[in-house]
Amino acid sequence: MRDNNISSRKLKNAVFHGIVLGATGFGIVALILLLMQVFRTGLMWLDWDFILSMPSRFPEKAGILSALAGSIWTIGLTILFSLPLGIGTAIYLEEYSNKKSWYNKLLQLNISNLAGVPSIVYGMLGLALFVRFLNFERSILSGALTLTLLIMPVIIVASQEAIKSVPNTLRQGSLALGVTKWQTITGVVLPYALPGILTGSILAISRAMGEAAPLIMVGAAGYVAFLPSGPMDSFTVLPIQIFNWTSRPQAEFQNIASAGIIVLMILLLSANAVAIILRNKYQNRMD
Amino acid sequence: MRTLHKSKNKYNLKESIIVKILYVFASISILTTIAIVVTLLEETIVFFREVSIIEFFTSTKWTPTLRPQNFGVLPLLTGTMMIAVGSCIVALPMGLGSAIYLSEYAPKNVRKTVKPILEILAGIPSIVYGFFALTFITPLLKTILPETQVFNAASASIAMGIMIIPMVASLSEDAMMAVPDSIRQAAYALGSTRQEVALKIVVPATLSSIGAAFVLAFSRAIGETMIVAIAAGQSPVFTLNPLDSIQTMTGFMVNISLGDIQQGTIEYKTVFAVAALLFAITFVMNMTAKAIVNRYKEEY
Repeated sequence: MRDNNISSRKLKNAVFHGIVLGATGFGIVALILLLMQVFRTGLMWLDWDFILSMPSRFPEKAGILSALAGSIWTIGLTILFSLPLGIGTAIYLEEYSNKKSWYNKLLQLNISNLAGVPSIVYGMLGLALFVRFLNFERSILSGALTLTLLIMPVIIVASQEAIKSVPNTLRQGSLALGVTKWQTITGVVLPYALPGILTGSILAISRAMGEAAPLIMVGAAGYVAFLPSGPMDSFTVLPIQIFNWTSRPQAEFQNIASAGIIVLMILLLSANAVAIILRNKYQNRMD
Repeated sequence: MRTLHKSKNKYNLKESIIVKILYVFASISILTTIAIVVTLLEETIVFFREVSIIEFFTSTKWTPTLRPQNFGVLPLLTGTMMIAVGSCIVALPMGLGSAIYLSEYAPKNVRKTVKPILEILAGIPSIVYGFFALTFITPLLKTILPETQVFNAASASIAMGIMIIPMVASLSEDAMMAVPDSIRQAAYALGSTRQEVALKIVVPATLSSIGAAFVLAFSRAIGETMIVAIAAGQSPVFTLNPLDSIQTMTGFMVNISLGDIQQGTIEYKTVFAVAALLFAITFVMNMTAKAIVNRYKEEY
């Protein structure tokens, strides 16, 4: 009787182990299937011609150059706007503001709420604010500003975590030498927090690179056959170009869509690799 | 002495300017929220001057771009909810299972390799999941259930479920890892199996975080756009059949924006009204998640 109880409990444990292992395996198998599907359909279409050509009505001539240029422009500007704003806000919240004040609590609550707002809603904000109200039209600038607002909460939270992890003794040691607070921040706190800030920021920027919905709302075009020459030009980006090709019925366009996906994923992977390299480099220096 | 004084003043001035600049940066996040609420409300109020609010919430016909125009948001709402429920049916058990495996069963080195792999899933852009749904999941569904339409809710739900597995898994796992090991050791010392420790100790102790993770996952699924825009279809019909083509709130917004909508037209205002509803729903859900965590927080 007693033995029975133990063996049934052991059996239950084994079955449960199998179930949770299966659940974990499900995600991994899905990832493998997804990558296989993309490479199976797209790899044959991926060559230098594809990367260096403009989009076209004919799938065999179509390329991704204008979308690639649009993505680089948009993300470049987004980095330029979002890093100072995001890191600056984090510095203010962690180093300057009075943590107990109602304004600080409101800021903190607000930031975590903004992080949960669907990206398409930021697109509506961009449409109303940047495209119409400020009259930036359907330009790279409007797109970059919209993406900046979208990823700012992510950068703020990641930078705050990094700044929080700086030991207080370092700050006090620096202040005791008679330097100002800002010098302490730029000379001691930021270098120490940099790996964390960079990792979080690069993850946020990769998210911006893969976003299509807010930019569609802002009015990025699906078909652009020229290279943008300035921030006020109209534009398209890789995810929108991929969306445009995916929604066409012909099978060939599905194939170039997946070739486009490969290009996008290579960009995202390189961004993440850069994040890892930077983190290791700065971490070694700190140790 | 004098020069020292002077330079100190200079530093003080610089410091106070820097603080002011940083303060302005921090205020931008507040301004963003205000701007979202104001822009959405502005157009939505104008919208409801032209369309009755009762029709909006009770009519089951949604044809804002066709004549006669109908503005019943229910088909979009049921479409959205069907997708959200469907993706949670995939993501919640799989995510929770992964979390339990990683925190209670997996050896350390397995955990170290499996966790980053799962996180890759979260880093893949949603457009790629849309492509996967349309070109892989839908044909697969069709071979099993031939009545599946080319665009359907089930396929989009499954793809979205896969996408939010890592979110559920990492939120739940973080909470599980925070359960003190001494409690686990005590249970093992009493002769418990790993399954008993997981289900009778760790899961109950982290129930609030798991609940919050579920609510956040649901909210995320409601606001997700590109997967449904590609794979779920563009037919705002009042149906609960997951194999049918449907339209979600976000799908409608994208679809109408692909055409050239002119400011001031009723179509333009409709998009804002739908966006306001979407914002309201996700806002309430995110607040609920926060309340659950705060209310039932386990202190060790």
